[in-house]
Amino acid sequence: MNALPQHPPAVRTTCAYCGVGCGILARPDGQGGATIAGDPDHPANYGRLCSKGSALGETLTLETRLLHPMLRQPDGALAQATWDEAIGAVASGFAETIAKHGPDSVAFYLSGQLLTEDYYVANKLMKGFLGSGNVDTNSRLCMASSVTGHRRAFGTDTVPGSYADLDEADLIVLVGSNAAWCHPVLYQRMLANKRARGAKIVVIDPRRTATVEDDDLFLPVAPGMDTALFSGLLVHLADALAFDYDYIEAHTTGLTEALVRAREIAPDLAATARAAGIAEADVARFFDLFRTTQKVVTCYSQGVNQSAQGTDKVNAIINCHLVTGRIGKPGMGPFSLTGQPNAMGGREVGGLANQLAAHMDFSRDNIDRVGRFWRASNMAQREGHKAVQMFEAIARGEIKALWVMATNPAVSLPRAGAVRAALQKLDLLVISDNVASNDSINCGAHVLLPAAGWGEKDGTVTNSERRISRQRPFLPLPGQARSDWWIVSQVAQRMGFADAFTYDSAGDVFREHAALSAFENNGARDFDLGALAALSEEQFNALDPVQWPARAGQPLGESRFFADGGFFTPDRKARLIAPQPPAPRAATSAEFPLTLNTGRIRDQWHTMTRSGLSPRLGAHLPEPFVELHPRDAEAFGLSDGGFAQLTTGYGKCVLKVVLSDGQRPGSLFAPIHWSNATASSARVGELVTPATDPLSGQPEAKATPCAIAPLSFAFRGFALARHKLTLPDGTWWSRVAVGSGSGLLFASNDPPAAWRACAAAMFGADVELAEYVDEPRQSVRVAAFVEGRMVGCLFVGPAEAAPQWDAVKALFESEALGDAQRRAALSGKSTSGLADPGPVVCACFGVGLNTIRAAIESGEATSAETIGVALRAGTNCGSCLPELRKIASAAKVATTA
Amino acid sequence: MSESLVIIGNGMAAVRLVEELAKSALGRYAIAVIGEEPRLAYNRVLLSSVLAKEVSRAEIELRPAQWWRDRGVTLLYGQTATAIDADIRRVKLASGATLPYTKLVLATGSKPIRLNVPGMALPGVLTFRDLADVVAIEQAAAGHKKAVVIGGGLLGLEAAYGLAKAGADVSVVHLMDRLMERQLDPRAAMMLKRAVEDKGIAVHLGADTTGIIGTDRVEAVSFADGSRIDADLVVVAAGIRPNVELARSADLAIGRGIVVGDHLQTSKAGIYAIGECAEHRGNCYGLVEPAYEQARALASHLAGRDGAYHGSVLATNLKVSGVSLFSAGDFIGAPGTEQIVLSDPGVGSYKKLVIADDRLVGAVLFGDTADGLWYLDLIRSGQSIAAIRDVIMFGRALAERSPVLAA
Repeated sequence: MNALPQHPPAVRTTCAYCGVGCGILARPDGQGGATIAGDPDHPANYGRLCSKGSALGETLTLETRLLHPMLRQPDGALAQATWDEAIGAVASGFAETIAKHGPDSVAFYLSGQLLTEDYYVANKLMKGFLGSGNVDTNSRLCMASSVTGHRRAFGTDTVPGSYADLDEADLIVLVGSNAAWCHPVLYQRMLANKRARGAKIVVIDPRRTATVEDDDLFLPVAPGMDTALFSGLLVHLADALAFDYDYIEAHTTGLTEALVRAREIAPDLAATARAAGIAEADVARFFDLFRTTQKVVTCYSQGVNQSAQGTDKVNAIINCHLVTGRIGKPGMGPFSLTGQPNAMGGREVGGLANQLAAHMDFSRDNIDRVGRFWRASNMAQREGHKAVQMFEAIARGEIKALWVMATNPAVSLPRAGAVRAALQKLDLLVISDNVASNDSINCGAHVLLPAAGWGEKDGTVTNSERRISRQRPFLPLPGQARSDWWIVSQVAQRMGFADAFTYDSAGDVFREHAALSAFENNGARDFDLGALAALSEEQFNALDPVQWPARAGQPLGESRFFADGGFFTPDRKARLIAPQPPAPRAATSAEFPLTLNTGRIRDQWHTMTRSGLSPRLGAHLPEPFVELHPRDAEAFGLSDGGFAQLTTGYGKCVLKVVLSDGQRPGSLFAPIHWSNATASSARVGELVTPATDPLSGQPEAKATPCAIAPLSFAFRGFALARHKLTLPDGTWWSRVAVGSGSGLLFASNDPPAAWRACAAAMFGADVELAEYVDEPRQSVRVAAFVEGRMVGCLFVGPAEAAPQWDAVKALFESEALGDAQRRAALSGKSTSGLADPGPVVCACFGVGLNTIRAAIESGEATSAETIGVALRAGTNCGSCLPELRKIASAAKVATTA
Repeated sequence: MSESLVIIGNGMAAVRLVEELAKSALGRYAIAVIGEEPRLAYNRVLLSSVLAKEVSRAEIELRPAQWWRDRGVTLLYGQTATAIDADIRRVKLASGATLPYTKLVLATGSKPIRLNVPGMALPGVLTFRDLADVVAIEQAAAGHKKAVVIGGGLLGLEAAYGLAKAGADVSVVHLMDRLMERQLDPRAAMMLKRAVEDKGIAVHLGADTTGIIGTDRVEAVSFADGSRIDADLVVVAAGIRPNVELARSADLAIGRGIVVGDHLQTSKAGIYAIGECAEHRGNCYGLVEPAYEQARALASHLAGRDGAYHGSVLATNLKVSGVSLFSAGDFIGAPGTEQIVLSDPGVGSYKKLVIADDRLVGAVLFGDTADGLWYLDLIRSGQSIAAIRDVIMFGRALAERSPVLAA
């Protein structure tokens, strides 16, 4: 007999989350799920995964998926449509808009979640055939300042180093990066270096995050003042004669201007410490460490990028590496840690409004070159609108048709409230996504296109160290879902560009992309995949992770840039940049006395449409919160665990208050993940200033002047249900994934009696409702059961004694409950470890069947009489004696049998 | 030489008294037990189970003959005591014999109340109190299908359950607006009604019986509202009355029952009363638990120790018709008290705890009675439950694990 293989082969693919780009082994279970493990052979992670990556298996549900094309009907409802109809609607919509209002009246807003192949086709359609540069991406919110900083300094958007440098460095400086939570696998790599080789770690961040260990040097920099600190460092290196003059001489220009400006900003140690808001001794220690350690890597992330002066911050950092020649050598270099799984791929494709394609800008030569390669009929001639400006142009009515792919701008963009209003003004809003509902879709999208999800996608992504890895499908495409490159190609063909969009596979697209990168390159551009342009379909499918450059005719292998210069500027020299003096774009005021910093938490990703599906991830920090220093809390009348209303010039949020000594006084921190789909009033993007970096267009997401005030709710509670519950208006709530259902944590001023009244309607008619009511204590707990299984519950109590849900969640997630569990279900307490006495036999003394059997098994009792001696059962009214006798004799039979 | 101790009544109280005395004062008394019923003492609580044929008659015997012999007890069952001469300390038996005593204990129990309505003497109108009643009911039910039980208290429901199990078509008629109103609050009573009805028993509340109709034997029961229910058999279970006739013959103080003090002593020295016939501090109890407590206290007193009885916190803890019930203390909830309620109708469970000044003062449990005794202890001890209020409803195991108590 031929048995089916017990374990289908694991598919090698790449994680869906951050820019570390970890390799994953996914083993489908044949039922739509898969077990997930780290790929021990992938050079990004060598088998390690973080909490988010490990939980990917919990996010493969089809429950929230968009499975069919949908079209908005005249009556306002969305109705299922065929692909033919949907593609027709998009193609004619864009064509008509362009015909009426010109090419710049349309735009694509893309995402670092797209694969390179998807990105490439979308970018090609807009810039080569629709004739507009209006292609931007949520990567604008993520690393645009790094891109611009790189291009200013190196002439191209080049990450000079490799992850291996983190293993070899003797000093790792983390600037604006909570790597422990946001790039956990790389952080573990840094820690391994620290433990094994004694590498020092310096963390520069306004708040003390999980990244800071006790023996690290922590520099709590004032918001936005990184440039002051690195200007001070440049001055210090100059004054201490620590420059590498040979390197500077041979490979850089601009030292004089850069150093003069640095001296203006931070003339000496004391001035640096003052400007940066850090103790002088700590600044001195940092300067000494940097000066005396040759092998230093400076990693930076959103704290640097998401700033109105983000590009200057990047260049202030790069300056210090260039003047010491510490770049492109093992264990040395500036290192941008990318946020998204394929932000790098998007940059390579040129899916940004200020790039054309394949690391080429909108110069006349490049437009001509790319136009010839694409045989493009209608090349864009100039840069398009960057993200924030794109949505401003939509609000002004200049852009009338928008296609959003794989992102949720109504949540993630600054001033998200205004973004929502803008989306609603569009003549045509097309959204390709894999979820059926999110805040952006709910802004009145006209066409919904079901895209492939992680696990179904087929193509490539590039991680922070320029390493291209395959994302391979291990699940079938569900419903009508299709790859994004296919969807865009179909629309392009329908619009009359069939010849240029005849791809049959992701491999077809990749080969063209690789060929473009090598087209008339000859070493003039950093980005070159010429060696991969002729991969066969089999070779593409089997492609191992590969770092670029991969120039045709040159050996593949790990590579670094710029150890010996060779920058991609006309004179092949790097530029030392003189940054603008640092200052926050908007100062705090009496009305908005605090500075709002935004960021991420360990176990969630972006707007939670994926990570929010995992019960395991939801358990970490289930409620949207604002973190602040206890001193500020006292000043503003806030208490730990209470609620606060945050108000900026752009919007309002209500968040839970978390006090932390690690928070810098005067500064608030709020995570960005929650949306209208997951919380009542926690779309933090709504609070954020639309101010952007003048060079990169990246928003100032971490320094918005903000007011805070306490808000109190008399009652707190939670609800669990198999379906998504909706709570009454005025309730503060946060939705949390739980096993086979959905959970809500909430706060309210409605009395428990009102909640009790609505509980029955919440769980439907065909359930058994159990209730616990302690009216004097204002405590109400309701649970719904079907066939012994808890299918829902609602617990409400006074805010100062809020019900805890852990034990109840465990019951909700389990199968049919045992007697003891059901009895205690509404206690909110765990029954584990408690003896289950079983059904009562002796009512007088409350002795249960299990207790009696245990006494018999232990030999303590053998008859009704000795049961009475041991347990008192049957010694009062005696009405259970006949039953006791039966139990005793049944036990005897059992033991003799 | 041993003092002679005579116990009149061979019921559950008498058995417990002998048991306790044998433990604490063995040999001090020569004990004689006089019992009217011609059999060894049995467990009256199980009569309905016998009727329902769930247990045999032999199985409800409390102690075998050997047990009595081992304790040197003279058993005079099948004998009726007719009078007491307290002056000369003698008990007269129906047989004509007299029995001298040093100490006399009256444990004569109670008898069913018969309604003061026409037709009560008709054949087919029975009571439900002892094994003889069970036999009579069995015989009557065998040939007849329709049975009406008058009284929706504990006894009536037990009789109804037994009859239904024996195959009769049973209706319970009850004067009050809810079943077992002395032991249950309205909600528990409602659940009980449903549970009883689920067993095929019809329940009529607010039914004021005006007469038993029939010529040669019972044919129907009539009610104040003019309605009637056909009946081949009527079981009257409308309450009990202490048996006090014998005590009256000795000129003992009588209220509703035989008046006793905290040492269970009647108005005359050397004569005691326990169980359902006794009236202590104005209370006559109709349950086994107080009788046992009285037996224990009296045994201690008779053994020369300081055994005093201070009354029972009324607790009903029983299985009616296969349904577990418990109630104790102020289970209704007087004004000024607070209530916590847990109900899970899906598993037939309802619990109410009544709290006053952070103390548990009452409880009614339906279905899940496992913690009844614990609640009773808490009611009796009057200790503060403030620290465990949040979990007290969920039972002792959970409450005692909770760290607030450990602290």
